[in-house]
Amino acid sequence: MKNKEQGMTLIVKTITRLTVGLILLYGIYIVLHGHLSPGGGFAGGVIIALSFIHLMLAFGRDTALKRFSQTAASILESLGAVMFLSIAIVGFVGGYFFFNFFLHKGKPFELFSAGIIPLCNIAISLKVGAGLFAIFVVLVLFSRDSGIPPDNK
Amino acid sequence: MELQLLLLFMVLGAIVAVEVEDLLSSVIAVGAVGLGLSMAFLLLKAPDLAITQLVVEILCLIILIRATMNKDLPLIRDGRWLFNTSSTLIFIACFLIFAFFALKELPRFGTPIMRVAKEYIEQGLKKTGATNIVASVILDFRGYDTLGEATILFTAVMGVLAVIRRIGRIKSEK
Repeated sequence: MKNKEQGMTLIVKTITRLTVGLILLYGIYIVLHGHLSPGGGFAGGVIIALSFIHLMLAFGRDTALKRFSQTAASILESLGAVMFLSIAIVGFVGGYFFFNFFLHKGKPFELFSAGIIPLCNIAISLKVGAGLFAIFVVLVLFSRDSGIPPDNK
Repeated sequence: MELQLLLLFMVLGAIVAVEVEDLLSSVIAVGAVGLGLSMAFLLLKAPDLAITQLVVEILCLIILIRATMNKDLPLIRDGRWLFNTSSTLIFIACFLIFAFFALKELPRFGTPIMRVAKEYIEQGLKKTGATNIVASVILDFRGYDTLGEATILFTAVMGVLAVIRRIGRIKSEK
């Protein structure tokens, strides 16, 4: 921190420290309430990825990668894809692909309702969030490593 | 009326994005077009699409600014003026001719043909238990489509991670 100034100024860092948790919580809220209110897995996953991108833009690359490394992003993305596919395949116990295999759907407007839809939302959000964060990390690392001198450091 | 104003705003933003010289201003104009599209979705009472459009637009803006701004992209403008203009005009003419025949067959705006969708709207809450009808369609009735979309995104991420990787890259003048 002393010899090499990573990231943006103190004002941006302070505001980021206050807001990044709220952004992450909002993304999780959008994912978990995807079957009750507008939103869903895709939008919530992108918001979760944006919270980590926010951290990376404000604090520099190393701080964000310490919390959510590129290997972890790849693993989480594959995990989301496998989870979504396995939910689809488990539907064969009821007879066909994507069978909604919970017999009790629960009461409407409750958090635990609608059978497999919240599980699918969680899987899609893992996939989308980790995948888009991995794309961003790779693009930033590429532009940093490719011989062009970094101008704002 | 608001919709027409928004469409006009989006067309103006797109023209600015094409014509302006500065690359940063162009990217910001693209962002304005995306914001207008999000508000248009909101006016057409599609909040799911509005949220997704807004969020993806922000992500695309950040990636465009952060990852491509530092490079000086070559701007090819000379030569081939006649070829570019004539091919553009030909494609616009083809589009207009086909649209003249195709758009007459579409149902009018706001009065869709409800043959399959009526079943979804009437039976959606009872069959899936989800109060958000969009979620019940894309994840239950049409889950197969969502699986294909997820596969597309997975393939895209794998492609980017494979092309732009650190292992095996030749060091530039180290």
